[in-house]
Amino acid sequence: MDKMPRWADVFLVPFINLILAFVVSGLVVLAIGENPFKAIWIMISGSLGSTSGIGYTLYYATNYMFTGLAVAVAFHARLFNIGGEGQAAVAGIGTALVLLAFDWPYWWLAMPFAIIGAAVFGAAWAFIPAYLQAKRGSHIVITTIMFNFIGAALMGFLLNGILKNPDTQNAETVAFPKGAHLPTVHEVLSPLGINFAKSAPLNVSFLLALACAVGVWFLLWRTRLGYQIRAFGQSETAARYAGIDAVKITVITMLISGALAGMLSINVVMGEQGRLIKEFVEGAGFVGIAVALMGRSHPFGIVLASLLFGMLTQGGFELMWDMPAISREMVLVIQALIILFTGALDNMVRDPVERLFLRMRKRKG
Amino acid sequence: MSFTKVILGTVSALAMTAVAAIADPAIIYDLGGKFDKSFNEAASNGAAKWAKETGGKFREIELTSEAQREQALRRLAENGNNPVVMTGFAFASALDKVAPDYPDTKFVIIDMVVNQPNVSSVVFKEHEGSYLVGVAAAKASKTGTVGFIGGMDIPLIRKFACGYVQGVKATNPNAKVIQNMTGTTPAAWNDPVKGGELAKAQISQGADVIYAAAGGTGVGVLQAAADAGIYSIGVDSNQNYLHPGSVLTSMMKRVDVAVYKAFKAGADVKPGIQVLGLANGGIDYALDENNAKIFTADIKAAVDAAKADIIAGKIKVHDYMSDNSCPVE
Repeated sequence: MDKMPRWADVFLVPFINLILAFVVSGLVVLAIGENPFKAIWIMISGSLGSTSGIGYTLYYATNYMFTGLAVAVAFHARLFNIGGEGQAAVAGIGTALVLLAFDWPYWWLAMPFAIIGAAVFGAAWAFIPAYLQAKRGSHIVITTIMFNFIGAALMGFLLNGILKNPDTQNAETVAFPKGAHLPTVHEVLSPLGINFAKSAPLNVSFLLALACAVGVWFLLWRTRLGYQIRAFGQSETAARYAGIDAVKITVITMLISGALAGMLSINVVMGEQGRLIKEFVEGAGFVGIAVALMGRSHPFGIVLASLLFGMLTQGGFELMWDMPAISREMVLVIQALIILFTGALDNMVRDPVERLFLRMRKRKG
Repeated sequence: MSFTKVILGTVSALAMTAVAAIADPAIIYDLGGKFDKSFNEAASNGAAKWAKETGGKFREIELTSEAQREQALRRLAENGNNPVVMTGFAFASALDKVAPDYPDTKFVIIDMVVNQPNVSSVVFKEHEGSYLVGVAAAKASKTGTVGFIGGMDIPLIRKFACGYVQGVKATNPNAKVIQNMTGTTPAAWNDPVKGGELAKAQISQGADVIYAAAGGTGVGVLQAAADAGIYSIGVDSNQNYLHPGSVLTSMMKRVDVAVYKAFKAGADVKPGIQVLGLANGGIDYALDENNAKIFTADIKAAVDAAKADIIAGKIKVHDYMSDNSCPVE
């Protein structure tokens, strides 16, 4: 076996990446004259040290889980779906249309239909690039990223036109019916006597995200379709030879991926905002790529990685709050460094670590 | 570093901030950011002016996501900051939700009306100021064609356009006004390249004065006008200095004054709707050494006369947002 042990692959390498990222960001913080240890402490305690902090962290993590899973599923078929941003945005239209269509009496009645609406619209937005890739060979990276822009334009058109709430300046729809409000953690836990921060936007979509993670695991490793997806990703020619229909697998994988990205709109549009606003995805589609990379495209890794990115988003806000010298742009730099090290520069650490393990094994042998 | 330690540390930190909480004012900038050379920056200047004059401290915070609107409002209120000022209409729904939970905190929202007993809503009569610069544009134009370039196509910007057209037509009924909006998304506030292209298109149609009500996009409009040797009109802040001799004047919306006043009133900010217009100095046109040469005595006389008439109520400038229509094109 010429591989390093699994625990090193899954935990050690990401951990070293993370440490490196923190060291470099620490230097950046030091350069502007603040204490880097204090900054890290603020980010950790701000994201996990209070129920409000945890509520926000898990709320962001929910978003990243959906988009991370979306990227991962496509990745297993060696399709690089960077259109999560657009697919989630268009799925928001589906969610809004479902929720505005009726005066929903109960959230548990509205939620399944909203999920279907979001999934259908998200999948539909992924379908065209998938079809173009499968039938015409148009590269999916190019088409999905182009569809992000088309999606943004479509949102702008609808939210300034027929879907716009006439009573406001904002490009947004009217508020959804009260019955369609997803219970927040505060509302779920307060009858049990547990006091969770009222402002935290964490809602039942978090459970949906975990269910999706389990579902993706089951799909990929326990079903025939999942096997075909992975076989197709490993070697397209071999898969074709084995009788796997390349067009079918490409399209189905992208439909699943788009639908997963679309679930983000359940958390944000239905859960947090209670109306459809223009820029609700806010880069989560792109963060999903980093999450999937860091999580090694495995649902369990993705859940962990999205928790980390949720902490970064929420901790970044706390950092701005407690260290006014650190501006919004500085927080972005720190977050970007972590993405850079864990995502893009992954092999920089992986290769030396792997060699180290192999050498140690040789010596033992 | 155990989890309980983390919690204990935060609890004690929170307890300390609770003790240290004093009624410092606070300001939240919209997603455009503090240094947008326009709206948010004007607000920041007002806060800085207050701090310089009184030696007081204030808290400011910039947002990175929509979910943070409510988070920031609650954090500031719980921190004891009073009043909490926010720039921009996008805060309306978050504020409407948060304000009832903190009855002792005063909130000030600019550019939008939120009906809560502890909210002071500051709105501007932009149509009056736009009318004045319309008068100036008509007076300064030699071709009889003037231009208007708006940012995002929303009723607020149409209000600017409508006031401008009224001012132009009142001065020269035969004048032609070319109107363009940059876009329909918030990106239209920060697209100087497209602003410049629109300005060039208007210039080729004969426009020789162009009014830009487009936030950061206006920088491109002003640049294109300066390059072509025609006049432009700035907006929100005094932008005369950007191209001396080309920027005819600026329609000043004194967001800085609104913030300054709110900070100065402190916790005694009066709830309700405050309308800032020409009469109380919340809206004005800019005259300084940068445009003294081109803003001739003739123009000044006409503009000042119109200003006096509007304040006296002799001229009624139609507000587009009152009925979502404009009587002139």
